[in-house]
Amino acid sequence: MKLNSKIPSGPLSEKWDKHKFELKLVNPANKRKFTVIVVGTGLAGGSAAASLAELGYNVKNFCIQDSPRRAHSIAAQGGINAAKNYANDGDSIRRLFYDTIKGGDFRAREGNVYRLAQISNNIIDQCVAQGVPFARDYGGLLANRSFGGAQVSRTFYARGQTGQQLLLGAYSALSRQIGSGKVKMFARREMLDLVTENNRAVGIIVRNLINGDIEMHAGDAVVLCTGGYGNVFFLSTNAMGSNVTAAYRAYKKGALFANPCFTQIHPTCIPVHGDYQSKLTLMSESLRNDGRVWAPKDRGDKRRPDQIPEAERDYYLERRYPSFGNLVPRDVASRNAKAQCDKGKGVGETGLAVYLDFRDAIKRDSKEVIEKKYGNLFAMYEKITADDPYQTPMMIYPAVHYTMGGLWVDYNLMSAIDGLFVLGEANFSDHGANRLGASALMQGLADGYFVIPYTIGGYLAGVTPDKTPASAQIFTDAAKKCSERTKRLLSIQGKKTVDDFHKRLGLILWEYCGMSRNEQGLIKAKDMIAELREEFYQNVLVPGIDKDLNQSLERAGRVADFLEFGELMVTDALNRKESCGGHFNEAFQTEEGEALRDDENFCYAAAWEFTGEGKEPTLCKEPFEFENVKLTQRSYK
Amino acid sequence: MSGTNRINLTLKVWRQKAGKSKGNLAEYQAKEISTDMSFLEMLDVVNEYLTLKGEEPIAFDHDCREGICGMCGAVINGRPHGQEKGTTLCQLHMRHFKDGETVFIEPFKAKAFKNIKDLIVDRTAFDKIIQSGGFISANTGGAQDANAILISQKNADLAMDAAACIGCGACVAACPNASAMLFVSAKVSHLTLLPQGKPEAAARVTAMVNTMDDLGFGNCSNERECEAECPKEISIANIARLNREFIKAGFFKS
Repeated sequence: MKLNSKIPSGPLSEKWDKHKFELKLVNPANKRKFTVIVVGTGLAGGSAAASLAELGYNVKNFCIQDSPRRAHSIAAQGGINAAKNYANDGDSIRRLFYDTIKGGDFRAREGNVYRLAQISNNIIDQCVAQGVPFARDYGGLLANRSFGGAQVSRTFYARGQTGQQLLLGAYSALSRQIGSGKVKMFARREMLDLVTENNRAVGIIVRNLINGDIEMHAGDAVVLCTGGYGNVFFLSTNAMGSNVTAAYRAYKKGALFANPCFTQIHPTCIPVHGDYQSKLTLMSESLRNDGRVWAPKDRGDKRRPDQIPEAERDYYLERRYPSFGNLVPRDVASRNAKAQCDKGKGVGETGLAVYLDFRDAIKRDSKEVIEKKYGNLFAMYEKITADDPYQTPMMIYPAVHYTMGGLWVDYNLMSAIDGLFVLGEANFSDHGANRLGASALMQGLADGYFVIPYTIGGYLAGVTPDKTPASAQIFTDAAKKCSERTKRLLSIQGKKTVDDFHKRLGLILWEYCGMSRNEQGLIKAKDMIAELREEFYQNVLVPGIDKDLNQSLERAGRVADFLEFGELMVTDALNRKESCGGHFNEAFQTEEGEALRDDENFCYAAAWEFTGEGKEPTLCKEPFEFENVKLTQRSYK
Repeated sequence: MSGTNRINLTLKVWRQKAGKSKGNLAEYQAKEISTDMSFLEMLDVVNEYLTLKGEEPIAFDHDCREGICGMCGAVINGRPHGQEKGTTLCQLHMRHFKDGETVFIEPFKAKAFKNIKDLIVDRTAFDKIIQSGGFISANTGGAQDANAILISQKNADLAMDAAACIGCGACVAACPNASAMLFVSAKVSHLTLLPQGKPEAAARVTAMVNTMDDLGFGNCSNERECEAECPKEISIANIARLNREFIKAGFFKS
């Protein structure tokens, strides 16, 4: 398939304005005739559903939780970036754009990223107007802090709960539209399939999670805001319900999956401590503003941290990267932590942890100041580990956090299927091979508040409303297939639980397609996943029935898709014979162990096209063209 | 992670089939539970065991498992989210339980929260209250510069304290009147304390309180159970503010 990114021509700073002018409009009276389906209620979905309803479209909004307020955007801690330059420290739209492109290791589109940086300022204005209680200085102005991969302070925050507050802002706007009747909300629904007609999205099939009914919903456009696929690893910082099903089903219907191997392993998470563990907990990157990362200089040093004198500690990030220090981007920080542990310098019972130490910050600023900044994070750490981080350094280790890969979309955020738009983490567009901290919230809200309201009009202006109603045969056929899939999972009645398979899949991917990858391991992983998938369909045990609230069945459907998707990730990793951002291929590194890109051969988005069950997907390439930045070896030294 | 131990517990868990109005307490053994586990991870272990035994696992709501989404919650030994102060059920760890203990696990019970299955209840009443007025009417686009209106740090902090509510419903479950006053007051306070929320303050508080009443939540009689059990430690000072705002709104009603 030939990919057309539809990036507008002209100078970078004028592209979005020019494009907005060129997009067709739908007049207010006609907007009422269109129904838009929005799947997901996180920052992207919630803001999109609310904004589209405000414009006059009829919106049907779906989420798997009991309320739209619970989407996992709520768990984002540290902050949201914007190029306001309130700190007067040299920030600008161009600098945010450049930092994001460089942070993503030059594997994102210039046009998209520049637009994101431009819109970033409107987001902060909009959120403040909604009543988001951002942190403020004594004079009443907004406060900022710094995040990894940047040398300016451009991050706005609401204590350690920025995602919560931004999501509640979007949720309140959405609630207002639900109250007015413009949005019809469907909670506790899981999307099981996308319905298409002549490569055009016309609706979705969902399962009602309370009673198991399969429901058919028609719409003139479908907007997927279903988040990332980090849970393919079983253990991640994602919520338990986060999954790839909606995106993967769309892929099987003709949308392309781009760069699935670009996964972000976040450097500061609470280490794994038992095989019963259900998830990993992130400690916000903002902690690296004041916390110093270190490991003992000597291998196997089992002394308590307070007994290790200053001279025997290795502040390896400060040592190796003097200009960015502890604030290097996430991929760099994670790989360095792994390197320390691989050398036998890891700490804690498992040896798979390094220290994040606040001793010096507390000495410098006082305990009160540190508590004000990070109080809730410190409390959360203490709850989970029973250690007090004011007294003893935190122990941290990298964990799967975010996925830069996602469904391929053009500049309008439309996928390869007409009328199927993909927003937020679910698409691939803005973060390249590595996302910078505090940029996910920015992208989710940019897509939902300020991009889709314009671009969807450009599509709907050329579409007849309600062309394919839910009573059409294609809906009944798609619903029947969904029910058959569900029944099949229930009928296996094997001997192993769904979680058992999920954990094994996670271990394979963590081992061979995690922080560090090599060809041999990836080839092995591909076979192992195929075997595991086969075993799943012979031996999985899903209790209960389909016409009931059945959480095991929900998980089984998600794991079934993860078992196919995991293989796609590995295929993508095998194809990319270079190292960049979150994809570190051991065969491609500099003498100092940094990621070594191959711009000549791999400066493209790898978008995979489904070709049929059991067949290898086809690779479609969208070359990245850089007219405004010079591709360089990323350096944070 | 200091001092990991293994403990055995007897669980008395509320089981209720979907669509049925009655349920019962079933007894299960939770064996070899690591004290580093969270309460929900302990339930995962029991559910794996039940599944392999051919029984239906216990249905319970949960999602983020880091204490922020507000989806989890059950009454543990009579207390919503368990005995630890300022803690959601997913952040309650087994190190707070003793070997050999019997633990009662029941769903949140309130007239406005209908049981769906086992420990899962319907909390959409909270969404309906927000839909009736828990927002600032600011359409996307056209907002002025974020720094155009100054907000004192004190008010921003107080607003944030109230906005920290996760909408879990523990306050309702804890209240002998099944009142939603803490929940409603948190949202009213958050928005009223900010200059952006002032224009709609009277209409907001009136609509939210009326909707709360219509949905079958009880009144506040100053028991303070809500504040004691709130996992985000929302203060009942917010209820006082809600009352003031409600009375004030009455004066200005046209």
